[in-house]
Amino acid sequence: MAKLSRDDVLKLARLARLELSKDEIELFQSELSEILNYVAQLQKVDTKGLKPTYQVTGLGNITRPDEIIDYGATQDQLLKNVPAVEDGLIKVKRVLG
Amino acid sequence: MWPSIADIASQVQSGKLHASDLVERALQKIHEKEDYKAIIATTEERARDRAKDIDSRLKKGQNVGRLAGVPFVAKDNFLVFGADTTAASNILKGFEAPYQSTAVERLEAEGAICIAKANLDAFGHGTSTENSDFFTTHNPHDKGRVPGGSSGGSAVAVVLGMVPFAIGTDTGGSLRQPANFSGCVGYKPTYGLVSRSGVIAMASSTDTVGPLARTVEDAALVLDVMAGKDEKDSTTIEREKAGYDIRHASYDIRGKKVGVIKEYMTKDVDANVRACIESAVAKLAQAGAQIKEVSIPTLKSALAAYYIVVPAEISSNLSRYDGQRYGYSYKNAKDLNDSYTKSRTIGFGYEAKRRIMIGTYVLSSGYYDAYYKQAQTVRTKLIQEFNQVFKIVDFLAGPVAPTTAFKIGENTNDPLKMYLADIMTVAANLTGIPAISLPAGKSDGLPIGLQLMAAERQDKSLLELAQASEELLA
Repeated sequence: MAKLSRDDVLKLARLARLELSKDEIELFQSELSEILNYVAQLQKVDTKGLKPTYQVTGLGNITRPDEIIDYGATQDQLLKNVPAVEDGLIKVKRVLG
Repeated sequence: MWPSIADIASQVQSGKLHASDLVERALQKIHEKEDYKAIIATTEERARDRAKDIDSRLKKGQNVGRLAGVPFVAKDNFLVFGADTTAASNILKGFEAPYQSTAVERLEAEGAICIAKANLDAFGHGTSTENSDFFTTHNPHDKGRVPGGSSGGSAVAVVLGMVPFAIGTDTGGSLRQPANFSGCVGYKPTYGLVSRSGVIAMASSTDTVGPLARTVEDAALVLDVMAGKDEKDSTTIEREKAGYDIRHASYDIRGKKVGVIKEYMTKDVDANVRACIESAVAKLAQAGAQIKEVSIPTLKSALAAYYIVVPAEISSNLSRYDGQRYGYSYKNAKDLNDSYTKSRTIGFGYEAKRRIMIGTYVLSSGYYDAYYKQAQTVRTKLIQEFNQVFKIVDFLAGPVAPTTAFKIGENTNDPLKMYLADIMTVAANLTGIPAISLPAGKSDGLPIGLQLMAAERQDKSLLELAQASEELLA
């Protein structure tokens, strides 16, 4: 399999919202290529007629009454970890231009 | 060293021991063994308060539970009151849990006391604790070697006698592998048996919660307290009616069919490790177990499937760290996208980035079918082969890892080599079955664990076999 190009790595980083240094780009090019070459062995496994397994419990939809459960945490406790708060709300940068 | 957990609890309940003294003893031990770097932070203030409360309730004649006064350590990916919950990552530095994980709540409801948070590979990404964003934990038998991971700090805390037990998570071997490298019991239950509510997610379809302890009996008792359905985790399953406490069980190993996995006993496995497992299996045979060699051909593809499925789920689970609601947030961002990107770039360590990148790749359009869907289909094949084998044998046996504990720094420049350390543990996670690592011997002073597995939801019988094996190997 071909080695990932610099552009491939940059595109992935953009999708994942990561910025990479010049060294990291080069390192990822070789490391990701090596890992992807290793996992490419799966293409050779015969899986004809089989369906994918996304979860192993066999459980279906689990529902519960739509009621408020008191976790005991106060609003202040919940907002304590928020980087920017204004009037009890989470403050973020403008979302729509 | 500590007496058995049941002994400690009954002595606390009868007033021979006091919870406060046990907490002080554990804290003292943590302090003495600080140079092993197993612990990120103690929850000592809260632990002392809880111990006092337990002691005063006992004076009033109340029953404080099956784990009365027993101190324990939680891996730092469990939400716990009394200290930050960081998952050993910089991006969660300073995070104060607004609620506690169900596992911790259930242990505390039975009188156990969390006294510290243990080191791990950040977010559970690793097999050595070298991927902790803070520091590397040292192997209790050789400080120059890794303790295993990702629950390395938890395992070391148990082996060095800081606490009678610890809890951790196992997504691809993270309880069994450190138990194997550091020398204690690590139990990965059937997927869904212990609630993951309040545990920082790594890969949701394979994440499990379980105990690390000195003995199988202790691990089983801790599991018994934690196991069962939880409204807060819709993937939890019913516990077995008989529970998991195996203290008074009479067990006869004679006639039990144990399969030795051919694919795990190849020349790629260190000769001393193989010899140790062969000798352990021979002891089971002498005691009357029927040993059969079995083959699970798709095992050779399990690691490749794991390293597609798990990074895919990691990239999805770690997308919540965006610098807006909690965790590190870059202050001088010019817009929202810049805030996301800078917060993640500065906050995540290299291994988290590597797994996010792999996950993003295998889930991206054009590659999804070839990688992710194919890996999940190979998973089906693997499950079918395990089901077939469990028609012939009751249990499976093999090593936990191909080598004993490696040197700190030995594999850090070769991610693929590091990932290969998981080769014998990931199958239990992909298939959901229970598996345990228990001490089986040593090679050059380093512990070797025996891995035993059973069909899904056969946790009780697996623990019974493990306890019988433990006696035979002692």
